[in-house]
Amino acid sequence: MTAPVAELDCRGMPCPRPVIELAKRIAEVEVGEVLAVVADDPAAAYDVPAWCRMRAQEYVGADQAEDGVARYLVRRLS
Amino acid sequence: MGDGGYLDSASSEPLHPAAREAMLAALDQGYADPRRLHAPARNARLILDNAREAMAEALGVRRDEVSFTSSGTEAVHRGLLGLLRPGATVAHSAVEHSAVLHALAWRPDLRVRSLPVDATGRIDPEQVGEHDVLALQDANHEVGTVQPEVGGVVFRDACASMGRLPLREGWAVAAGSAHKWGGPAGVGVLLVRKGTTWRNPFPADDRVDERVSGFENVPAALGAAAALQAVVAERDEVNARQHALVDRIRAAVAGIPDTEVVGDPVERLPHLVTFSFLYVDGEAVVDALNRRGFSVASGSACTASTLEPSHVLAAMGALTHGNVRVSLTRDTTADEVDAFCAALPEVVAGIRQDAGL
Repeated sequence: MTAPVAELDCRGMPCPRPVIELAKRIAEVEVGEVLAVVADDPAAAYDVPAWCRMRAQEYVGADQAEDGVARYLVRRLS
Repeated sequence: MGDGGYLDSASSEPLHPAAREAMLAALDQGYADPRRLHAPARNARLILDNAREAMAEALGVRRDEVSFTSSGTEAVHRGLLGLLRPGATVAHSAVEHSAVLHALAWRPDLRVRSLPVDATGRIDPEQVGEHDVLALQDANHEVGTVQPEVGGVVFRDACASMGRLPLREGWAVAAGSAHKWGGPAGVGVLLVRKGTTWRNPFPADDRVDERVSGFENVPAALGAAAALQAVVAERDEVNARQHALVDRIRAAVAGIPDTEVVGDPVERLPHLVTFSFLYVDGEAVVDALNRRGFSVASGSACTASTLEPSHVLAAMGALTHGNVRVSLTRDTTADEVDAFCAALPEVVAGIRQDAGL
């Protein structure tokens, strides 16, 4: 049950923009659902998991969008 | 605010008064070539020998274990590479200074293994594994965490800690950087323990000390040694004061929402603390604090050309954006720290507000 119900396109955004977008938009998915963040900023690989830890959400893992850009999956827990 | 707002001593400590005094005297007396046999040369040689002696005494090492290099980076390169025979296996912590990583990358013959660190930035000494040489810093330059003492052949990069903390036991070779303890820039110290198999990795020179090359910077070597002696003599008092001031900053920062203080809270450099603010561009914090008279460093790279975050913060699993490193000078006062602690929440709140949060 890790298929994302929504995807944020953060391509081209420097840090910390992808994490800001994630924080602003996480409430758009229901508790238990997964939100995907597509970001080419190298810091996102560390900062999306760190955000999940600091905000008590679940970092599910990373895969790739169709164009090969990294995609980070976050499950809303609260 | 004047120099009181300078909170970046981990990048470079202001010159210690003891260094200034020693250097001014040596600039007039130590200009000649210490290898010549005439009177001015003997003066220069005497000053250089005194500097080596003072350095050895302050560090608790033998005089013949001390070499002066032209920088801490050179001491790291020379010191580490001189330990590595062709094809050697090298382990290093994932949070070593880039000088160590660049030195290892320069030698494609090596087998190199990076050791993971925990959330405080420390390696697990039980998980070091097989290697010929271990490269391990005494303390981390970005987050201050002190690394454990380990066995085997160890290269210890002590650039961040030399003078402030005693050398960690068990080094075969160690490196330090004078401008980090209040000596002049352009002086590094290379320590090669007696009995260590170490070979000069660079072209030889016919100078006073066969481990290094180039004309000796005699006045700067004396300044570096004088500063080190003074710092070691003062460190019980200075470290206790700085440790308490850093605790005060840690407490103030912990009161700012969505903030992470990184690095070991206790086993750390006394003068340094690092933290990261969610949703904040590290360079924006540096700029905003600079406008209020505070000079700090950031390990974030949000707008830097590389965009690559700090490999130290990344290895620790810490938040890499919104990072600020504060490092106190020996003169930083409680009032200056309080002023900084008062300014910081406003600065962070302002940047978050601009981001629409």
